[in-house]
This record gives sequence, structure tokens and C-alpha cells, in this order.
Amino acid sequence: MIKRQILRVWTFYRDGFRSMTIGRTLWVLILIKLFIMFFILKLFFFPSFLKGKSPEEKQDYVGMELVNRSVDNSLTK
Amino acid sequence: MLASIDTSMIDWSRAQFALTAMYHWLFVPLTLGLAVIMGLMETLFVISGNEFWKRTAKFWMKLFGINFAVGVATGLILEFQFGTNWSNYSWFVGDIFGAPLAIEGIVAFFMEATFVAVMFFGWNKVSKKFHLASTWLTGLGATFSAWWILVANSWMQYPVGMAFNPDTVRNEMVDFVAVAFSPVAVTKFFHTVLSSWMLGAVFVIGVSAWFLLRKREKEFAIASMKVAAVVGLFASLVTAMTGDKSAYQVAQCQPMKLAAMEALYDGGTREPLTVVGDIKIPLMLSYLATHDFDGYVPGINNILLGGYALPDSTKALSVVEKMKNGKKVIAALADYREAKQEGDQVAMEAARQVIDENMKYFGYGYIDDPNDLVPNVWLSFWAFRVMVGLGMYFIAFFALILFLAWKRKLSKVNWLHYVALASIPLAYLAGQAGWIVAEVGRQPWTIQDLLPVNAAISRLETGSVQTTFFIFLILFTVLLIAEIGIMLKAIQKGPEEA
Repeated sequence: MIKRQILRVWTFYRDGFRSMTIGRTLWVLILIKLFIMFFILKLFFFPSFLKGKSPEEKQDYVGMELVNRSVDNSLTK
Repeated sequence: MLASIDTSMIDWSRAQFALTAMYHWLFVPLTLGLAVIMGLMETLFVISGNEFWKRTAKFWMKLFGINFAVGVATGLILEFQFGTNWSNYSWFVGDIFGAPLAIEGIVAFFMEATFVAVMFFGWNKVSKKFHLASTWLTGLGATFSAWWILVANSWMQYPVGMAFNPDTVRNEMVDFVAVAFSPVAVTKFFHTVLSSWMLGAVFVIGVSAWFLLRKREKEFAIASMKVAAVVGLFASLVTAMTGDKSAYQVAQCQPMKLAAMEALYDGGTREPLTVVGDIKIPLMLSYLATHDFDGYVPGINNILLGGYALPDSTKALSVVEKMKNGKKVIAALADYREAKQEGDQVAMEAARQVIDENMKYFGYGYIDDPNDLVPNVWLSFWAFRVMVGLGMYFIAFFALILFLAWKRKLSKVNWLHYVALASIPLAYLAGQAGWIVAEVGRQPWTIQDLLPVNAAISRLETGSVQTTFFIFLILFTVLLIAEIGIMLKAIQKGPEEA
């Protein structure tokens, strides 16, 4: 019963993708876009700034930053 | 602000965020707007059984699909930026900002993604009613997404339902309902989503007008225009009403934004609303801001100097006083951290009391010059007028379309078809102007009164932000060109047989 349902869903999607015309171009576009976003931009250009720090280290770092920035104006000049 | 883009890492990060948000907002409103219009068309098909409506709905669904595919996930880039460029902000807001975004990602996105497949692949495979439900649920999913994103944005404009924890240096959610259903979030949701329906309606009318100009698909074009004009008129009226409510809330929660929107430097009672230049509507600003023709509206100078009576009868503090309180609470945070390290409970308690009493001024502690609290007045003033002016124009536009439809002259008025076509970019301009009013007007705050941009930003190299700015500019421009190209091709092909 479950196997038949899974097969139906599989057939539904397979036939849907096969019958696409303009959709194929769109899928190529989506895949290229997601590749650029996750495997280039996120990986090489947008690492988490606080990555590698434990939660305690993060709160210490941000706490220090927030305290020091009140007297450190270098970021606004 | 953006004028000093060459010199500052903060401005580059802001420009990058603005660029990606504005590009993202080119895709989202059309998705929301077309979802309603094609849903209505399919409903007409299911009710009447007339294949004409199926063919009509399928054409707009195809354009929806193109826009959806190109625009999907472009918003994730904004989330990348939170972690990289705005790490202090991301930590400081804690789960308050994360929770709505997580709900958006898990519930709404998956709902959208599931039903969009049935919508596109399910014709003749599932029952008519199930297909119709899938179409509406796809639109509902997109609208739920918008809800949670707008809840997160509204919290930044009007932070409620949280408490600051000096141990974790984070704000913690104490009242989910206050965050999810804050009056600012509710108003912003209806204003933003309904203005998206308006854009969808203008798009459908404009494309239909192109078919009429080409003397193609007359019946399809006129029927599409009628449905879109009904949606558009309803949406534009509700957008105007929620806009009025939004202005009232801005006056209460972000008076500096309202003063910038009106370029009002010295306020007072019985204030007129400036249309442009010296054209003013007597008493109207006072009424819009306070719901009282005699109401007091503070100008930029009044807000900086303080001393005027607030609606709760207390006296407004000057910015200098707020800055002092802000420095006091930041010093207390430093004391708290030091006392905690030393295990001094009494000192911790004393510092905690100062923090709790003055937390609402926290962000002012990072301000050195009171003038830094004044947003770009020129941009706020004109963006507001562009948004409102176009909103009024669209009410008249939809009313005229419906009038001509009633007179059965819709296909005969050639000039109107050109106007309809030219109105498509104007609808996008109105949406972008709205976001400029909302976001430029609240500068320098990332979170109103709690965290200005100079405290929220990560210590990055300006060069790296500049590099990614141009990467985004190229990526999004390519996506936009691709969308326009694919869409024009689909429009030229026209509706196919049902």
C-alpha cells in the first residue's frame, strides 16, 4: 500500500518534469543560482563572522564589542 | 548615508543589504499578487466549468512560475549578510529574529514548495477541487512567508515582547504573541501584502493591454483585466487605509521617521500636510499623526531638543539626555560583566538594576553627534510622495478600468492600453519607494533605539564588502534579465489551449 503510494508520487513528479517545456530552462536557472549561492557565495564570501566560537565565546566577544564601541568611534569615521 | 558610500564600511554594508533587499522585492510582490488573481480565475473555472477560465488561469500561472523560479531563495542572501556583515546584530537579537525566520523557512516554504508542484503538474491528474485548493495553498504559503518576514522586520522598527539578558548579551523572547501580532507587524503585513496584490493587478492589466494593442486574445485580455481591476481596486483601497494606520503608528513609535517623511524641522500643533513645495493641506498632518486636528507633531529639531509633552503626558527627553542614559546603561553592562567575573553578586545586582531601568536608551550610547539620528530627509520626503502619489494614481486607474469594462469599451480605448503598459514599472517603483520610506526613514537604527548600525556591524574589511556588493549586483542583474527575457517570450507566445 505504502509502496504503491510512493510509486504514484514518483510517477506524478516524473511525468510532471517530463512534460515541462519552459520549466526545464527555469530548473537550470534555479540550479545554477543555488549553486552560486551555496557553493560559492556562502562558502567563500559569507562565512559566519562568529564561526568557530562556542556560545560562551560569542557572548564574550559581542559583549566586549558592544561595550568598547561606545567609546571606540573608529567604525563611524 | 548612501551619499558617503565610497568612504565607509558601514555604508557599503548598508548599500549591499539595500541592493539585495530591493532586488528581492522585485520578485516577491508579483508572486503574491499573481497568486490571488490566478486563484480567482481557477475558482471561476471550477464554479462555471468553463474551459476559458482554465486556459486564462494557466497562462497567468505560467508567468507566476517564471517569477517564482527566478525569485525563489533570493531572500536567503539577506540571511547570509546577517551572519557575516551584521554579526553583533545577529547575536544581540537572539531568537526573536531567528524564530520568525525559522518558522518562515520550515512551515511556509515547505507548504509553498509542496503545493506548487501539484499546481503545475496536477492538471488532469488530481480532482478539480484538489487542484484549486493547491493553487490557493501555494499563494497562502507565500503569504505566510511574507507574514513571518514582516514580523521580523516590524520587530526591528518596534521592538516588543523581549527582555535583555546581560549574561548572554542577547534579547530573549518573553512574549511570542506580542512579537508575532504586534500592531506594527499586523499593519505592515496588510499594507505590504495588499500593495503586492495591487502590483500583480497592474501587471495583469498591463500585459492584457499589450494583447489588445496587438489585437490578439481579446476575450482573454478583457476578462483578465476585469478580474485584475477588481482585485486591484480592493487592494489599493485597503493599502491606502493601512497606510494611514501605518503613518499613525510611525508618529507614535518612530517620530523622527515621520518628521523626515514630512521634512518637518520645527513642528507644532495644527500642522498642515505638505503635498509638494508650498502646496499644503491645512491641519492634515496633525490629524494623520495624532487623530486630532489640534494634535502636536514634533519636527526634527523638536525631537533632538526634547522638552515637548508626549501623549502619555510625560516630557520628551532631549537626544543628549538619551545619549547620557545610553552611555550609562553600556557602562552598567561593562560593570555587570566585570562583577560577574569577580563573582560579586551585589555589584551584579546594582548594575542589573541600571540596565533594566535604562535599556530603552541602550542604542543612544553609540551616538556621538545628535545629528547622526536624523535620516536622509530628502530621500524620505520624496520616496513618501512617490509612494502615496502612485497609490492614489492606481486607485483612479483601477476605477477607470472597471468603469470602461462596465461600459464595454475596454478594448476600444487605445491610449489607456499604452498607459496600462507604462504603469507596470510604476507599480514596482511604488513598492520600492515604500521600502525606502520604511528603511531609510529609521536610520541609523537596525533596532529602533536599541542598536544603531555602527554597533550592529561586524569588523570586516571594506574591500570584502565592496567585492560582494558587485557580485550581487551582477548576479541579480543577470537573474532579472533572465526573468524578463523568459517572461517576454512566454507572453509573446500567449495562452495555450487548456
